[in-house]
Amino acid sequence: MDAIVDRFIQRPGFDEDVLAKEEMLDIMAPSSVPTLSLPPISQPSAFLRAHTDDASNPDVRIKIAHGTTTLAFRFQGGIVVAVDSRATAGNWIASQTVKKVIEINPYMLGTMAGGAADCQFWETWLGVQCRIHELREKSRISVAAASKILSNLIYSYKGMGLSMGTMVCGYTKSDPAIFYVDSDGTRLKGDMFCVGSGQTFAYGVLDSGYRWDLTVEEALALGKRSILAATHRDAFSGGSVNLYHVEEKGWTYHGNHNVGKLFWETKAAESSFNNVSTDFTSDD
Amino acid sequence: MNTMFAEQFNEPATNHSTAAPIEHRFNPYSDNGGTILAISGADYAVLAGDTRHISGYSINSRFQPRVHTLPGEKPLIVSANGFSADGETLVRRLAQRVEWYSYNHNKPLSAKSCARLIQTMLYGKRMFPYYVATILAGLDENGRGAVYSFDPVGSYEREQCRAGGAAASLIMPFLDNQVNLKNQVDPATGEPKIATDLSLEDTVKLVKDAFSSATERHIQVGDYLEIKIVTKDGVSVEYFPLKRD
Repeated sequence: MDAIVDRFIQRPGFDEDVLAKEEMLDIMAPSSVPTLSLPPISQPSAFLRAHTDDASNPDVRIKIAHGTTTLAFRFQGGIVVAVDSRATAGNWIASQTVKKVIEINPYMLGTMAGGAADCQFWETWLGVQCRIHELREKSRISVAAASKILSNLIYSYKGMGLSMGTMVCGYTKSDPAIFYVDSDGTRLKGDMFCVGSGQTFAYGVLDSGYRWDLTVEEALALGKRSILAATHRDAFSGGSVNLYHVEEKGWTYHGNHNVGKLFWETKAAESSFNNVSTDFTSDD
Repeated sequence: MNTMFAEQFNEPATNHSTAAPIEHRFNPYSDNGGTILAISGADYAVLAGDTRHISGYSINSRFQPRVHTLPGEKPLIVSANGFSADGETLVRRLAQRVEWYSYNHNKPLSAKSCARLIQTMLYGKRMFPYYVATILAGLDENGRGAVYSFDPVGSYEREQCRAGGAAASLIMPFLDNQVNLKNQVDPATGEPKIATDLSLEDTVKLVKDAFSSATERHIQVGDYLEIKIVTKDGVSVEYFPLKRD
């Protein structure tokens, strides 16, 4: 606890040497937890909230990218991971081509919901920690251990304003596992999770189509269809669907599917989305 | 004595040594306007920015270049647009790291690695962010044009093109239409149009059009346009006048 407190006490803004020291630390020990500099005031987290929380104040200067739908589920053939690709900052669509699946290493995936930089940075960092584990222990890290490294790290920053909702997906020996980890410090093992502003829409479709003995093809289609439903009903989700399949030998990428085309294909193929009309000439 | 004084006025005695100092609202940020734009092609990358520097409704300078060339034989170009003090600090620190990398490793820093370095530098100030939209442009390991864009706290992505800063919301839709040919179909086949690499000449024309249009509709954009172009031969610069109103 003292170590955590100490880290937050230093005031780098007033110490010219700190930058040099921090950068030396980064260079000499790339595996260590990076030092984050703090504003020279007594309540850094209140400062951060005042300047970056666009939910409570739409006029804030620094808008951090938010909004997402991500899902992962376990089934007979492994794990399917599907995500959308939209990043929003307020009402502005910052990007429609975000990679929300972070390839931690060739056999483990992490998903991105919440702060884009928080997820991208710490999950890349998690990849480093997993590699160090491999080198030290001469064996691959379990998904349980990897997700716990991440959740412990996140927990050490609790209350400081990190925002992440992530699923760590992979294999431990021959056992597929999904762990949900978020910035409140929650860490849950489970068979199926949907995370983000569009999670409820994705759950609706996923629950109605899910069975343990889904074939790989069916499972991938269901993951894709669930994200499509979420992009249709959640304004903060959209762009395209990225699909992944995780097996014992590692993960495989199953393509980028643009919602612009996918929606009409799906509607035609299964006569669904009948709320959407294609006939613009009739009065009703 | 202090205790007596407090009691006299019916106030509880407080231990002042542990209380937080009195603080006024700490606002170290301002917005200096301006816009940047980057487009990559087959063997080049372009990063352009207007040179107007504002605060509020005042124009501080009509020529304050915001696109910087990083040191090295195969240079990268970078711009951190938003709060110019943060932007210049970031670029100065980055330039020093890039220079020292070349001394320590006896090779230039690749565009890919520079992008990751920028992420760690931005995220290093996650709790006290640099108020900037950052774009890095250069050539990748295969000699192709590369553009990387960053949010204020370091999330990044490689893209074909990206606008940042004040008029990003005016320019980005134009780029989607003209560079990526989004939502357009070939009238002959009915199939969606496929985006191909633009020639350098067409790209520079597009950049000038984007900025003269943004100048017409955004008060923080104008004066001059500085266009930096990276090719295998290095960085060249071109200036283009924008409206002065």
